Amino acid sequence: MSSTFEAEVIAVMEQNKAGEDIHKASLSDAEKAEIEREFAHYEDKASVGLEALRIVQKHRGWVSDESLRAVSAYLDIPVAQLESVATYFQLIFRQPVGREVILLCKSASCWIMGCAHLQKKIQEKLRIKPGEITADGLFTLLETPCLGDCDNAPVMMINGEMHRHLTEATVDEILDNKIKTHRAKGSCHAGPDTD
Amino acid sequence: MPDQTLTKPLTKNICPQHKPPDIERYQDNGGYSGWRKALGMAPEDIVELVQKSGLRGRGGAGFNTGLKWSFVPRGKGSPAVKYLVCNADEMEPGTFKDRLLMEQNPHLLIEGMAIAAYAIEARTAYIFIRGEYHLAAVRLEQAINEARQAGLIGPDILNSGYSLEIYLHRSAGNYICGEETALLNALEGRRAIPRAKPPFPQVSGLWGKPTVVNNVETLCNIPHLIELGSEWYKSLGRCQDAGSKLFGVSGKVNKPGTWELPMGTPIREIIEEHAGGMRDGLKLKGFLPGGGSTDFLGPTDLDLPMDYDAIAKAGSRMGTGTIIVLDDHTCPVGLVLNLSQFFARESCGWCTPCRDGLPWVVEILTRIENGSGTPEDLDLLQEQVARMGPGNTFCALAPGAAEPLQSALRLFEEDFIDHIRKGRCPYR
Repeated sequence: MSSTFEAEVIAVMEQNKAGEDIHKASLSDAEKAEIEREFAHYEDKASVGLEALRIVQKHRGWVSDESLRAVSAYLDIPVAQLESVATYFQLIFRQPVGREVILLCKSASCWIMGCAHLQKKIQEKLRIKPGEITADGLFTLLETPCLGDCDNAPVMMINGEMHRHLTEATVDEILDNKIKTHRAKGSCHAGPDTD
Repeated sequence: MPDQTLTKPLTKNICPQHKPPDIERYQDNGGYSGWRKALGMAPEDIVELVQKSGLRGRGGAGFNTGLKWSFVPRGKGSPAVKYLVCNADEMEPGTFKDRLLMEQNPHLLIEGMAIAAYAIEARTAYIFIRGEYHLAAVRLEQAINEARQAGLIGPDILNSGYSLEIYLHRSAGNYICGEETALLNALEGRRAIPRAKPPFPQVSGLWGKPTVVNNVETLCNIPHLIELGSEWYKSLGRCQDAGSKLFGVSGKVNKPGTWELPMGTPIREIIEEHAGGMRDGLKLKGFLPGGGSTDFLGPTDLDLPMDYDAIAKAGSRMGTGTIIVLDDHTCPVGLVLNLSQFFARESCGWCTPCRDGLPWVVEILTRIENGSGTPEDLDLLQEQVARMGPGNTFCALAPGAAEPLQSALRLFEEDFIDHIRKGRCPYR
């Protein structure tokens, strides 16, 4: 994602001081237990790095510098090596993301089927560009390589769930439903569940 | 009795309306009999059978699978630890075949991996799956657990003395991980940049141990090939290439989809019969025969058979066998720009022609598409194509990116010139 660190994002983070603490903490017992389960699968602990980042992200919403350092210390992987992995993969978030992460497929097939119009629609409706977070902390938009669903193009994935055969109208509806659900729940920042 | 008349070994268990077969239903339908048979064979006999069958890698490169396996040092005195890795990092633009196999028939992949691992004497195998394939990951985990409970993988499989563990490794969204040495770096917890070759992974791969990396579809071919033999396997193809293949079509056709068809099925048949032809009175202007990193072919190439050599002779690659159709109302410059943006973004940044060349290509194509291109821009693009060609870069990403660009410049030259002359995109 792009490195734009909008003032809005900072504002959202400040509203949520309680949520910020978890980004500073060392790894929780639950996080450690999940990471440890992976150890047996590999010759070398470094291989667990990516999965450990994903586990931490699942619990914390995104991977802060402090979280990265905590994983690095726990796995005894140099910070530089872990950071070079963390920044390489687009599904590891090194800055805050919304509760709902929209992966909009920009592959050739989806482009032929009109994903550019969908992107414009999403950007106008949510007033964000790719890599940004909405002011209410609800959505982040990311452009993504082929989602492997080309016969159902255009498609997008929101928090792991595929949405297919999209039109501007259905995108509108899907986003409205998400907004409605979160308002009803009074959702606060807990981070997207990517499972 | 094994069914020698079987023509669709990859998809015979797939019925999109139903859940994928669990281990019980899979075995009732003949599943794991290839694996049981393999356990009674010598590993070198399996390698030889696969080599003789003519099975070629379905990830895009089309290398003989058995030959690839044969490079692994085996037998007495060979390294004790070896690995098999299944490349399930399907990310090639327009490619959606491995997802189908993993979601709808996960046990076929597990069975194929067990046989392949046994053949190369590996006791640990990984499925390297892209992070976005959630459903496939869940179903594969389940299949691995079921197979382990049934004693078909795990320690001392069916009292054979052979043990195998299969682990699922979820990646997190990066195209270059499909390149096998980048994938191995990722699996080792490093930044996923490609490695220098030689040494090839078969000799020094994962953690420096002999390693075979095979594509999902390739491995799914193995169980029936072992069960029914190489003559049966060869007879599936309609050309010199053996076996069946998952072909797909996306773009503005009436029925986009994936079908298991004989190797060598003519492209026209795939697009017109299976995909239902062009929709809304559109005409086919061109197509990418095997994903985003293959050269465009045109309407005159429609009667070519989908086999590795025929497509190569026509100046492209069969790649993943999933066809992206370009219609006459969609701008070819825009499509190449889209592909170039993708490749520029997914470049790992390791070598210069790719890291610096691709963003430059994007800049030039953007200017042409937006109407401010000049005739000199076409020369610049040709220059970039030459710089990104094979031999100038560390891996195949940039040469792959050059393929749709170079062929578009040739096949759709008029469109490029039209953009420059009119100072706008004529398709908008």
